[in-house]
Amino acid sequence: MTAVVTIPPSLEEGTFDQVLAQLAPHPEDARLLLDARHARWASPYGLAALLCVAQVRAGRLAFAVPEHADTLSYWARMGFFRHAAELFELHGTVPRARDGHDSDVLLELTPIVQSDDVHAVVGRIQRKAVDILHGQLGHDAAITGGFGMTLSEACQNIVEHAGTGGWVGVQTYNFARRLGRRVVQIAVCDAGVGFRRSLESDPGHHRTDRWDDGAALEEAVIRARSRFRVRDAGRGQGLAGIRRFLGRWQGKLTVRSGTARVAVTSPGWDDEVPLAKGLPPFPGAQLQITIPEASGDAAPAASPRARPRGRGGVP
Amino acid sequence: MSVTIDVGTVLRGTVCALYSNLVTRSTGAAVRRAIEEQVAEVAGAAQADAAAPPVVATIDFSQVELLDFSCADEIVAKLLLRMGQDVAWPGYVAFMGLHDAHLDPIETVLERHALALVSWHDGEAELFGEVEADERLHWEVVRDHGPASPDAVAQRLAVDAGCATRILERLRARRLVMHGGAGYVVPGPPGLRRGDA
Repeated sequence: MTAVVTIPPSLEEGTFDQVLAQLAPHPEDARLLLDARHARWASPYGLAALLCVAQVRAGRLAFAVPEHADTLSYWARMGFFRHAAELFELHGTVPRARDGHDSDVLLELTPIVQSDDVHAVVGRIQRKAVDILHGQLGHDAAITGGFGMTLSEACQNIVEHAGTGGWVGVQTYNFARRLGRRVVQIAVCDAGVGFRRSLESDPGHHRTDRWDDGAALEEAVIRARSRFRVRDAGRGQGLAGIRRFLGRWQGKLTVRSGTARVAVTSPGWDDEVPLAKGLPPFPGAQLQITIPEASGDAAPAASPRARPRGRGGVP
Repeated sequence: MSVTIDVGTVLRGTVCALYSNLVTRSTGAAVRRAIEEQVAEVAGAAQADAAAPPVVATIDFSQVELLDFSCADEIVAKLLLRMGQDVAWPGYVAFMGLHDAHLDPIETVLERHALALVSWHDGEAELFGEVEADERLHWEVVRDHGPASPDAVAQRLAVDAGCATRILERLRARRLVMHGGAGYVVPGPPGLRRGDA
Protein backbone atom coordinates (compact mmCIF):
# COMPACT_ATOMS: atom_id res chain seq x y z
CA MET A 1 0.00 0.00 0.00
CA THR A 2 1.24 3.49 -0.85
CA ALA A 3 1.20 6.08 1.89
CA VAL A 4 0.56 9.71 1.01
CA VAL A 5 2.73 12.58 2.22
CA THR A 6 1.02 15.91 1.65
CA ILE A 7 3.17 18.80 0.51
CA PRO A 8 1.87 21.96 2.21
CA PRO A 9 0.43 24.75 0.04
CA SER A 10 3.30 27.00 0.98
CA LEU A 11 6.52 25.00 1.01
CA GLU A 12 9.39 26.75 2.72
CA GLU A 13 11.88 26.20 5.48
CA GLY A 14 9.35 26.12 8.33
CA THR A 15 6.65 24.07 6.61
CA PHE A 16 9.17 21.58 5.24
CA ASP A 17 9.27 20.13 8.77
CA GLN A 18 5.64 19.08 8.18
CA VAL A 19 6.83 16.97 5.25
CA LEU A 20 9.55 15.41 7.37
CA ALA A 21 7.12 14.72 10.21
CA GLN A 22 4.92 12.79 7.77
CA LEU A 23 7.91 10.89 6.39
CA ALA A 24 9.35 9.95 9.79
CA PRO A 25 7.03 7.01 10.64
CA HIS A 26 7.65 5.27 7.32
CA PRO A 27 10.58 2.90 6.84
CA GLU A 28 13.14 3.87 4.20
CA ASP A 29 11.78 1.41 1.65
CA ALA A 30 8.09 2.23 2.19
CA ARG A 31 6.08 3.07 -0.92
CA LEU A 32 5.23 6.74 -0.70
CA LEU A 33 3.51 9.35 -2.79
CA LEU A 34 4.52 12.97 -2.25
CA ASP A 35 1.36 14.85 -3.07
CA ALA A 36 2.12 18.39 -4.22
CA ARG A 37 -1.13 18.85 -6.15
CA HIS A 38 -2.32 21.64 -3.87
CA ALA A 39 1.02 23.36 -3.47
CA ARG A 40 0.90 27.02 -4.50
CA TRP A 41 4.25 28.41 -3.49
CA ALA A 42 7.72 27.14 -2.71
CA SER A 43 10.98 28.76 -1.71
CA PRO A 44 14.33 27.56 -3.09
CA TYR A 45 14.81 25.83 0.27
CA GLY A 46 11.53 23.95 -0.08
CA LEU A 47 12.32 22.76 -3.60
CA ALA A 48 15.95 21.86 -2.90
CA ALA A 49 14.98 19.99 0.25
CA LEU A 50 12.31 18.06 -1.68
CA LEU A 51 14.99 16.81 -4.06
CA CYS A 52 17.03 15.72 -1.03
CA VAL A 53 14.09 13.62 0.20
CA ALA A 54 14.44 11.47 -2.90
CA GLN A 55 18.13 10.97 -2.14
CA VAL A 56 17.51 9.30 1.21
CA ARG A 57 14.69 6.93 0.33
CA ALA A 58 15.16 3.50 -1.14
CA GLY A 59 13.50 3.15 -4.53
CA ARG A 60 11.71 5.84 -6.47
CA LEU A 61 9.05 7.82 -4.67
CA ALA A 62 5.93 8.81 -6.55
CA PHE A 63 5.40 12.55 -6.87
CA ALA A 64 2.14 14.22 -7.84
CA VAL A 65 2.99 17.57 -9.39
CA PRO A 66 1.13 20.82 -8.54
CA GLU A 67 -2.16 21.35 -10.32
CA HIS A 68 -2.07 25.14 -10.48
CA ALA A 69 -0.57 26.36 -13.74
CA ASP A 70 1.37 29.26 -12.15
CA THR A 71 2.90 26.95 -9.58
CA LEU A 72 3.85 24.41 -12.23
CA SER A 73 5.38 27.12 -14.36
CA TYR A 74 7.38 28.57 -11.50
CA TRP A 75 8.66 25.19 -10.30
CA ALA A 76 9.68 24.47 -13.88
CA ARG A 77 11.51 27.80 -14.17
CA MET A 78 13.31 26.96 -10.91
CA GLY A 79 14.53 23.79 -12.65
CA PHE A 80 12.75 21.54 -10.17
CA PHE A 81 11.24 19.12 -12.64
CA ARG A 82 14.48 18.73 -14.58
CA HIS A 83 16.03 17.10 -11.50
CA ALA A 84 12.84 15.63 -10.07
CA ALA A 85 12.26 13.61 -13.25
CA GLU A 86 15.46 11.69 -12.51
CA LEU A 87 14.66 11.16 -8.85
CA PHE A 88 10.90 10.69 -8.62
CA GLU A 89 8.21 8.90 -10.55
CA LEU A 90 6.32 12.01 -11.62
CA HIS A 91 2.53 11.98 -11.90
CA GLY A 92 0.79 14.80 -13.75
CA THR A 93 1.65 17.06 -16.64
CA VAL A 94 4.95 18.86 -16.38
CA PRO A 95 5.80 21.89 -18.53
CA ARG A 96 8.49 21.37 -21.10
CA ALA A 97 11.94 22.00 -19.68
CA ARG A 98 13.34 25.42 -20.49
CA ASP A 99 16.71 26.87 -19.91
CA GLY A 100 16.31 28.88 -16.73
CA HIS A 101 19.36 31.08 -17.28
CA ASP A 102 17.37 33.92 -18.82
CA SER A 103 14.22 33.65 -16.74
CA ASP A 104 13.24 35.72 -13.71
CA VAL A 105 14.92 33.11 -11.51
CA LEU A 106 18.16 34.31 -9.97
CA LEU A 107 19.70 30.84 -9.88
CA GLU A 108 17.64 27.78 -10.73
CA LEU A 109 18.18 24.62 -8.71
CA THR A 110 21.68 23.48 -9.56
CA PRO A 111 23.41 20.30 -8.46
CA ILE A 112 26.60 20.71 -6.44
CA VAL A 113 28.90 17.72 -6.43
CA GLN A 114 32.43 19.01 -6.97
CA SER A 115 34.51 22.19 -6.90
CA ASP A 116 33.85 22.95 -10.56
CA ASP A 117 30.14 23.20 -9.78
CA VAL A 118 30.89 25.92 -7.21
CA HIS A 119 32.93 27.87 -9.77
CA ALA A 120 30.10 27.58 -12.28
CA VAL A 121 27.44 28.73 -9.83
CA VAL A 122 29.45 31.70 -8.57
CA GLY A 123 30.38 32.74 -12.10
CA ARG A 124 26.83 32.45 -13.37
CA ILE A 125 25.17 34.47 -10.65
CA GLN A 126 27.65 37.35 -10.47
CA ARG A 127 26.05 39.59 -13.10
CA LYS A 128 22.54 38.95 -11.84
CA ALA A 129 23.63 39.51 -8.25
CA VAL A 130 24.86 43.02 -9.03
CA ASP A 131 21.56 43.82 -10.73
CA ILE A 132 19.41 42.45 -7.91
CA LEU A 133 21.36 43.42 -4.80
CA HIS A 134 22.62 46.80 -5.93
CA GLY A 135 20.12 47.73 -8.65
CA GLN A 136 16.89 46.48 -7.12
CA LEU A 137 17.44 45.99 -3.38
CA GLY A 138 19.36 49.25 -2.99
CA HIS A 139 22.52 47.87 -1.38
CA ASP A 140 25.96 49.34 -1.74
CA ALA A 141 27.82 47.67 -4.62
CA ALA A 142 30.27 46.30 -2.04
CA ILE A 143 27.70 43.66 -1.12
CA THR A 144 28.19 41.65 -4.30
CA GLY A 145 31.69 40.41 -3.41
CA GLY A 146 30.47 39.17 -0.05
CA PHE A 147 27.42 37.61 -1.67
CA GLY A 148 29.56 35.56 -4.07
CA MET A 149 31.83 34.57 -1.22
CA THR A 150 28.84 33.50 0.87
CA LEU A 151 27.41 31.45 -1.98
CA SER A 152 30.77 29.81 -2.57
CA GLU A 153 31.36 28.90 1.08
CA ALA A 154 27.81 27.57 1.50
CA CYS A 155 28.17 25.35 -1.58
CA GLN A 156 31.60 24.15 -0.53
CA ASN A 157 29.99 22.79 2.60
CA ILE A 158 28.51 20.12 0.33
CA VAL A 159 31.74 19.42 -1.55
CA GLU A 160 33.88 19.25 1.59
CA HIS A 161 31.59 17.61 4.11
CA ALA A 162 28.39 16.08 2.73
CA GLY A 163 29.85 12.97 1.14
CA THR A 164 27.10 13.21 -1.44
CA GLY A 165 25.78 15.78 -3.88
CA GLY A 166 23.28 18.50 -3.05
CA TRP A 167 21.47 21.45 -4.59
CA VAL A 168 21.64 25.20 -4.51
CA GLY A 169 18.96 27.68 -5.60
CA VAL A 170 18.64 31.47 -5.29
CA GLN A 171 15.60 33.69 -5.71
CA THR A 172 14.19 37.06 -4.67
CA TYR A 173 10.87 37.44 -2.87
CA ASN A 174 8.74 40.07 -1.28
CA PHE A 175 8.66 39.33 2.44
CA ALA A 176 5.81 41.76 2.92
CA ARG A 177 4.27 40.09 5.95
CA ARG A 178 7.35 38.81 7.72
CA LEU A 179 9.71 41.66 7.14
CA GLY A 180 7.99 44.28 5.03
CA ARG A 181 10.84 44.16 2.54
CA ARG A 182 12.10 42.25 -0.47
CA VAL A 183 14.76 39.64 0.16
CA VAL A 184 17.20 37.43 -1.69
CA GLN A 185 17.26 33.85 -0.48
CA ILE A 186 19.98 31.27 -1.02
CA ALA A 187 19.17 27.65 -0.24
CA VAL A 188 21.90 25.01 -0.10
CA CYS A 189 20.65 21.54 0.80
CA ASP A 190 22.12 18.08 0.94
CA ALA A 191 21.14 14.78 2.49
CA GLY A 192 24.66 13.70 3.32
CA VAL A 193 26.69 13.23 6.46
CA GLY A 194 25.38 16.21 8.45
CA PHE A 195 27.19 18.30 11.05
CA ARG A 196 27.12 15.86 13.98
CA ARG A 197 28.65 12.94 12.11
CA SER A 198 31.09 15.22 10.32
CA LEU A 199 32.43 16.60 13.62
CA GLU A 200 32.48 13.14 15.18
CA SER A 201 34.97 12.10 12.49
CA ASP A 202 37.45 14.65 13.90
CA PRO A 203 40.12 12.60 15.75
CA GLY A 204 40.08 15.20 18.54
CA HIS A 205 36.36 14.96 19.08
CA HIS A 206 35.22 14.25 22.66
CA ARG A 207 31.63 13.19 22.97
CA THR A 208 29.87 14.69 25.99
CA ASP A 209 26.51 13.92 27.60
CA ARG A 210 24.89 16.81 25.78
CA TRP A 211 26.39 15.98 22.39
CA ASP A 212 23.64 15.92 19.78
CA ASP A 213 22.67 17.60 16.51
CA GLY A 214 22.04 20.91 18.29
CA ALA A 215 25.43 20.87 20.00
CA ALA A 216 27.10 20.01 16.69
CA LEU A 217 25.38 22.95 14.98
CA GLU A 218 26.46 25.29 17.78
CA GLU A 219 30.05 24.07 17.43
CA ALA A 220 30.15 24.46 13.65
CA VAL A 221 28.00 27.53 13.06
CA ILE A 222 28.63 29.58 16.19
CA ARG A 223 32.12 28.44 17.22
CA ALA A 224 33.48 27.79 13.68
CA ARG A 225 34.70 24.27 14.47
CA SER A 226 35.59 22.01 11.56
CA ARG A 227 36.52 18.34 11.48
CA PHE A 228 39.71 19.35 9.66
CA ARG A 229 40.96 21.76 12.31
CA VAL A 230 43.37 19.31 13.95
CA ARG A 231 45.30 19.06 10.69
CA ASP A 232 44.59 22.55 9.40
CA ALA A 233 43.94 25.51 11.68
CA GLY A 234 42.58 27.51 8.75
CA ARG A 235 39.45 25.40 8.45
CA GLY A 236 36.03 26.39 9.75
CA GLN A 237 36.06 29.98 8.53
CA GLY A 238 33.39 29.60 5.87
CA LEU A 239 30.31 29.62 8.08
CA ALA A 240 31.87 32.27 10.33
CA GLY A 241 32.40 34.40 7.23
CA ILE A 242 28.79 33.89 6.16
CA ARG A 243 27.62 34.99 9.61
CA ARG A 244 29.79 38.09 9.47
CA PHE A 245 28.52 38.97 5.98
CA LEU A 246 24.90 38.61 7.10
CA GLY A 247 25.55 40.64 10.24
CA ARG A 248 26.80 43.46 8.07
CA TRP A 249 23.82 43.39 5.71
CA GLN A 250 21.19 42.59 8.36
CA GLY A 251 20.50 39.13 7.01
CA LYS A 252 19.59 35.79 8.50
CA LEU A 253 21.20 32.36 8.43
CA THR A 254 19.47 29.16 9.39
CA VAL A 255 21.10 25.76 9.32
CA ARG A 256 19.19 22.54 9.85
CA SER A 257 20.90 19.23 10.39
CA GLY A 258 19.52 16.01 11.83
CA THR A 259 16.96 16.99 14.42
CA ALA A 260 18.06 20.58 15.11
CA ARG A 261 18.10 24.00 13.52
CA VAL A 262 20.17 27.00 14.47
CA ALA A 263 19.15 30.52 13.46
CA VAL A 264 21.44 33.53 13.40
CA THR A 265 19.45 36.71 12.90
CA SER A 266 20.01 40.44 12.85
CA PRO A 267 17.89 42.98 14.74
CA GLY A 268 14.46 43.50 13.19
CA TRP A 269 13.98 39.90 12.16
CA ASP A 270 11.26 37.52 13.28
CA ASP A 271 11.74 36.06 16.73
CA GLU A 272 12.81 32.57 15.69
CA VAL A 273 14.48 30.68 18.51
CA PRO A 274 18.28 30.59 18.11
CA LEU A 275 18.37 26.81 18.50
CA ALA A 276 15.46 24.44 17.88
CA LYS A 277 15.86 20.81 18.91
CA GLY A 278 13.71 17.72 18.61
CA LEU A 279 12.69 18.39 15.01
CA PRO A 280 11.69 15.54 12.70
CA PRO A 281 14.93 13.82 11.66
CA PHE A 282 16.50 14.45 8.28
CA PRO A 283 20.07 13.67 7.27
CA GLY A 284 22.57 16.11 5.84
CA ALA A 285 22.61 19.87 6.14
CA GLN A 286 20.14 22.43 4.86
CA LEU A 287 21.18 26.08 4.85
CA GLN A 288 19.05 29.09 4.14
CA ILE A 289 20.59 32.54 3.78
CA THR A 290 18.31 35.57 3.56
CA ILE A 291 19.48 39.06 2.65
CA PRO A 292 16.84 41.80 2.92
CA GLU A 293 16.45 44.91 0.87
CA ALA A 294 18.37 47.89 2.27
CA SER A 295 16.14 49.65 4.77
CA GLY A 296 15.72 53.38 4.29
CA ASP A 297 16.29 54.24 7.93
CA ALA A 298 19.59 52.49 8.54
CA ALA A 299 22.77 52.29 6.54
CA PRO A 300 24.40 48.87 6.43
CA ALA A 301 26.52 48.30 9.49
CA ALA A 302 30.13 48.92 8.59
CA SER A 303 32.39 45.94 8.38
CA PRO A 304 34.41 45.67 11.57
CA ARG A 305 37.48 45.72 9.38
CA ALA A 306 36.38 48.44 6.96
CA ARG A 307 39.15 50.94 6.56
CA PRO A 308 40.07 53.89 4.40
CA ARG A 309 42.73 53.11 1.83
CA GLY A 310 46.06 54.81 1.42
CA ARG A 311 48.93 56.00 3.51
CA GLY A 312 48.35 55.83 7.21
CA GLY A 313 44.84 54.62 6.62
CA VAL A 314 45.23 51.35 8.37
CA PRO A 315 43.65 50.98 11.81
CA MET B 1 65.77 40.22 -7.54
CA SER B 2 62.01 40.60 -7.82
CA VAL B 3 59.21 38.69 -9.40
CA THR B 4 55.58 39.73 -9.85
CA ILE B 5 53.15 36.85 -10.02
CA ASP B 6 49.75 37.54 -11.57
CA VAL B 7 47.36 35.32 -9.62
CA GLY B 8 44.70 35.60 -12.34
CA THR B 9 47.13 34.17 -14.90
CA VAL B 10 48.18 31.43 -12.50
CA LEU B 11 44.52 30.56 -11.87
CA ARG B 12 43.69 30.33 -15.54
CA GLY B 13 46.90 28.49 -16.38
CA THR B 14 46.71 26.04 -13.51
CA VAL B 15 43.06 25.31 -12.84
CA CYS B 16 40.83 26.47 -15.69
CA ALA B 17 41.25 28.99 -18.50
CA LEU B 18 37.71 30.24 -17.94
CA TYR B 19 37.90 31.06 -14.24
CA SER B 20 38.30 34.58 -12.87
CA ASN B 21 37.13 33.86 -9.34
CA LEU B 22 39.33 32.40 -6.66
CA VAL B 23 36.83 30.15 -4.95
CA THR B 24 37.01 26.68 -3.40
CA ARG B 25 39.80 25.21 -1.31
CA SER B 26 41.07 22.87 -4.00
CA THR B 27 41.46 25.81 -6.41
CA GLY B 28 43.29 27.81 -3.76
CA ALA B 29 45.65 24.92 -3.02
CA ALA B 30 46.44 24.43 -6.72
CA VAL B 31 47.13 28.14 -7.21
CA ARG B 32 49.33 28.32 -4.10
CA ARG B 33 51.41 25.35 -5.24
CA ALA B 34 51.94 27.02 -8.62
CA ILE B 35 52.97 30.28 -6.91
CA GLU B 36 55.36 28.41 -4.61
CA GLU B 37 56.97 26.76 -7.62
CA GLN B 38 57.51 30.10 -9.35
CA VAL B 39 58.93 31.66 -6.19
CA ALA B 40 61.22 28.68 -5.57
CA GLU B 41 62.53 28.96 -9.13
CA VAL B 42 63.42 32.63 -8.69
CA ALA B 43 64.87 32.00 -5.23
CA GLY B 44 67.01 29.18 -6.62
CA ALA B 45 68.42 31.46 -9.31
CA ALA B 46 69.08 34.20 -6.74
CA GLN B 47 70.91 31.86 -4.35
CA ALA B 48 73.51 31.23 -7.05
CA ASP B 49 74.56 34.86 -6.67
CA ALA B 50 75.56 35.51 -3.06
CA ALA B 51 75.76 39.25 -3.65
CA ALA B 52 72.23 39.49 -5.04
CA PRO B 53 69.63 41.44 -3.04
CA PRO B 54 66.84 39.48 -1.33
CA VAL B 55 64.14 38.05 -3.58
CA VAL B 56 60.82 39.92 -3.35
CA ALA B 57 57.82 38.08 -4.76
CA THR B 58 54.84 40.37 -5.35
CA ILE B 59 51.56 38.53 -5.65
CA ASP B 60 49.20 40.51 -7.89
CA PHE B 61 45.45 40.01 -7.33
CA SER B 62 44.27 42.70 -9.75
CA GLN B 63 42.87 40.15 -12.24
CA VAL B 64 40.91 38.30 -9.55
CA GLU B 65 37.27 39.25 -9.23
CA LEU B 66 36.19 37.26 -6.22
CA LEU B 67 38.14 35.66 -3.41
CA ASP B 68 36.50 33.46 -0.82
CA PHE B 69 37.72 32.49 2.66
CA SER B 70 38.96 29.10 1.54
CA CYS B 71 41.18 30.59 -1.16
CA ALA B 72 42.33 33.41 1.10
CA ASP B 73 43.39 30.77 3.61
CA GLU B 74 45.01 28.48 1.04
CA ILE B 75 46.83 31.17 -0.91
CA VAL B 76 47.56 34.09 1.39
CA ALA B 77 47.72 32.52 4.85
CA LYS B 78 49.47 29.30 3.87
CA LEU B 79 51.98 31.14 1.67
CA LEU B 80 52.86 33.48 4.54
CA LEU B 81 52.93 30.64 7.06
CA ARG B 82 55.25 28.51 4.95
CA MET B 83 57.62 31.36 4.20
CA GLY B 84 57.58 32.38 7.86
CA GLN B 85 58.35 28.87 9.06
CA ASP B 86 61.13 28.30 6.54
CA VAL B 87 64.05 30.19 8.08
CA ALA B 88 66.22 29.22 5.10
CA TRP B 89 63.90 31.06 2.71
CA PRO B 90 65.87 34.17 1.75
CA GLY B 91 63.03 36.22 0.29
CA TYR B 92 60.05 38.40 1.00
CA VAL B 93 56.50 38.45 -0.24
CA ALA B 94 54.26 41.45 -0.87
CA PHE B 95 50.80 41.80 -2.37
CA MET B 96 49.22 44.20 -4.84
CA GLY B 97 45.88 44.63 -6.60
CA LEU B 98 43.88 43.86 -3.48
CA HIS B 99 40.51 45.58 -3.40
CA ASP B 100 38.01 45.87 -0.58
CA ALA B 101 36.16 42.66 -1.52
CA HIS B 102 39.46 40.76 -1.24
CA LEU B 103 40.37 42.35 2.06
CA ASP B 104 37.48 40.97 4.09
CA PRO B 105 38.46 37.30 3.65
CA ILE B 106 42.16 38.11 3.73
CA GLU B 107 41.98 40.02 7.00
CA THR B 108 39.88 37.24 8.48
CA VAL B 109 42.51 34.60 7.74
CA LEU B 110 45.35 36.88 8.84
CA GLU B 111 43.60 37.32 12.17
CA ARG B 112 42.99 33.59 12.48
CA HIS B 113 46.68 32.78 12.02
CA ALA B 114 48.10 35.96 13.67
CA LEU B 115 49.76 36.96 10.39
CA ALA B 116 50.38 40.28 8.66
CA LEU B 117 51.17 41.28 5.10
CA VAL B 118 52.37 44.22 3.07
CA SER B 119 50.01 45.35 0.32
CA TRP B 120 50.75 47.95 -2.36
CA HIS B 121 47.88 50.13 -3.54
CA ASP B 122 48.28 53.19 -5.78
CA GLY B 123 52.01 53.23 -5.15
CA GLU B 124 51.65 53.21 -1.37
CA ALA B 125 52.37 50.35 0.98
CA GLU B 126 49.81 49.32 3.58
CA LEU B 127 50.09 46.89 6.44
CA PHE B 128 47.22 44.49 7.09
CA GLY B 129 46.75 41.86 9.75
CA GLU B 130 47.96 41.22 13.26
CA VAL B 131 50.71 43.57 14.41
CA GLU B 132 51.44 45.21 17.75
CA ALA B 133 50.92 48.96 17.96
CA ASP B 134 54.67 49.61 18.37
CA GLU B 135 55.44 47.35 15.40
CA ARG B 136 53.01 49.33 13.26
CA LEU B 137 54.57 52.65 14.30
CA HIS B 138 58.06 51.42 13.39
CA TRP B 139 56.81 49.94 10.11
CA GLU B 140 55.16 53.23 9.16
CA VAL B 141 58.39 55.15 9.75
CA VAL B 142 60.23 52.71 7.49
CA ARG B 143 57.51 53.03 4.86
CA ASP B 144 57.44 56.81 4.94
CA HIS B 145 61.17 57.47 5.40
CA GLY B 146 63.00 54.31 4.34
CA PRO B 147 65.68 53.29 3.82
CA ALA B 148 65.78 54.03 7.53
CA SER B 149 68.44 52.99 10.02
CA PRO B 150 67.43 51.93 13.54
CA ASP B 151 68.88 55.21 14.85
CA ALA B 152 66.77 57.25 12.41
CA VAL B 153 63.63 55.31 13.31
CA ALA B 154 64.38 55.66 17.02
CA GLN B 155 64.87 59.39 16.62
CA ARG B 156 61.58 59.87 14.79
CA LEU B 157 59.66 57.87 17.36
CA ALA B 158 61.61 59.25 20.34
CA VAL B 159 62.46 55.76 21.55
CA ASP B 160 65.65 53.99 22.57
CA ALA B 161 67.78 52.85 19.58
CA GLY B 162 68.13 49.36 21.03
CA CYS B 163 64.38 49.05 21.31
CA ALA B 164 63.93 50.25 17.72
CA THR B 165 66.47 47.69 16.51
CA ARG B 166 64.64 44.86 18.31
CA ILE B 167 61.29 45.84 16.83
CA LEU B 168 62.70 46.31 13.33
CA GLU B 169 64.32 42.88 13.50
CA ARG B 170 61.03 41.43 14.69
CA LEU B 171 59.37 42.99 11.63
CA ARG B 172 62.15 41.63 9.43
CA ALA B 173 61.65 38.14 10.87
CA ARG B 174 57.99 38.46 9.92
CA ARG B 175 59.12 39.55 6.42
CA LEU B 176 57.36 42.91 6.78
CA VAL B 177 60.54 44.96 6.33
CA MET B 178 63.90 44.02 4.83
CA HIS B 179 67.42 45.36 4.60
CA GLY B 180 67.86 47.69 1.65
CA GLY B 181 70.10 50.63 0.90
CA ALA B 182 71.32 52.19 4.12
CA GLY B 183 68.71 50.70 6.40
CA TYR B 184 65.33 49.04 6.41
CA VAL B 185 62.79 49.26 3.57
CA VAL B 186 59.34 47.84 2.98
CA PRO B 187 59.37 44.92 0.52
CA GLY B 188 57.46 45.54 -2.67
CA PRO B 189 57.53 45.55 -6.44
CA PRO B 190 60.57 47.10 -8.11
CA GLY B 191 60.27 50.82 -8.75
CA LEU B 192 57.81 51.33 -5.93
CA ARG B 193 60.09 50.58 -3.00
CA ARG B 194 61.84 53.53 -1.44
CA GLY B 195 65.56 53.12 -2.02
CA ASP B 196 65.09 51.52 -5.44
CA ALA B 197 65.70 54.70 -7.38
